[in-house]
Amino acid sequence: MSLLDKYTEGLTPAELEEDLKSRARQMVEYLEKGNLKDAIQVIHEINEVRDKSLYKEIGRLTRALHEAIMNFHLEAGFSGEDKEQISSMADASERLNYVTKMTEKAANRTMDLVDASVPIAGDIAEQSKNLRESWQKLRKRQMKPNEFRELYQHIEVFLDSTEGKANTLYNNLNEIILAQDFQDLTGQVIKKVVDLVAEVEESLVHLVRMAGQLDTLTGIEHRFETKEKDKTVAEGPQMRAEERTDVVSGQDEVDDLLSSLGF
Amino acid sequence: MREVALDKNMKILIVDDFSTMRRIIKNLLRDLGFTNTAEADDGQTALPVLKSGGFDFLVTDWNMPGMTGIDLLKAVRADPKLASLPVLMVTAEAKRDQIVEAAQAGVNGYVVKPFTAQVLKEKIEKIFERVEAGG
Repeated sequence: MSLLDKYTEGLTPAELEEDLKSRARQMVEYLEKGNLKDAIQVIHEINEVRDKSLYKEIGRLTRALHEAIMNFHLEAGFSGEDKEQISSMADASERLNYVTKMTEKAANRTMDLVDASVPIAGDIAEQSKNLRESWQKLRKRQMKPNEFRELYQHIEVFLDSTEGKANTLYNNLNEIILAQDFQDLTGQVIKKVVDLVAEVEESLVHLVRMAGQLDTLTGIEHRFETKEKDKTVAEGPQMRAEERTDVVSGQDEVDDLLSSLGF
Repeated sequence: MREVALDKNMKILIVDDFSTMRRIIKNLLRDLGFTNTAEADDGQTALPVLKSGGFDFLVTDWNMPGMTGIDLLKAVRADPKLASLPVLMVTAEAKRDQIVEAAQAGVNGYVVKPFTAQVLKEKIEKIFERVEAGG
């Protein structure tokens, strides 16, 4: 096995470094002995080793990139021959839109039912209050006969309507429970998307690691400009607010902060 | 706390990009007796509505497409006709820097989501208590 074949088999960066060092020492040795011909041969070999390793790394990186892109494609529902194949990223967006739609629908359905129930509860309260007034009159024996006849009918109407209204409320409350069934569906969808994000992250980390190896071989240095983040740009709900000092974890802390500002 | 006599007929604009949140706020305001409400889904649509006049109170979210609530607040304060309009921010934005920025931009109250009906009521009352006191 030639030296170069060994490199195409793939050496770890540490092994490569060690090998280059020993070659370099050998080259110095040749030079000190005045053996220019062999020294130049070693220089040539070092160059070839570097080039081969470089091509190898570029090849691996290209393959990994290709695989990563292929992995981002949707597995389920679309066959490989389907030209209209959509990426799983587009699929994930679609899935999340579905979650938004489902939760919005459930929220509206729930609020519709509450809106329908509130006046019913109000009616029952109102009618009970009226009835109680008549009832108290009766108990204090302040009721005239015609008023008593009215009360008599009033009670019958009240019982009928209250029974119906209680049934409606009962059904509305059950419907509100049913409207929460989105939780199961959206939960599954979100879990799938979370899994996809984890997969994409893993692929990207892999790519970054390989690209880093390439940089070592070529000696390329990157300068990353860190952008100053706008401190007050809208971010939506904060996670783990309790563990952070730059975020308030509730209305009490907002109130404290505002009062410290003179509010 | 002193009970404030609030004008239940005052005209309120509710600005939020989510219709469900607008509906929740509208319902809570209705429970508090405020029925004269209108809605907009971001700052861009809210601003012309406000400029058309007649509004006594603005309730706005922060994070919205088009024009955010903080930009809407700044635009309101920069408009001579609207500058003194009481503004309550109801938002999920919870960074201290953001609350400070809203305060500096002249917000009258700041409620973080999720919130309760009681908190909303307290903040509205507090705002008008100050407005009445000429603060």
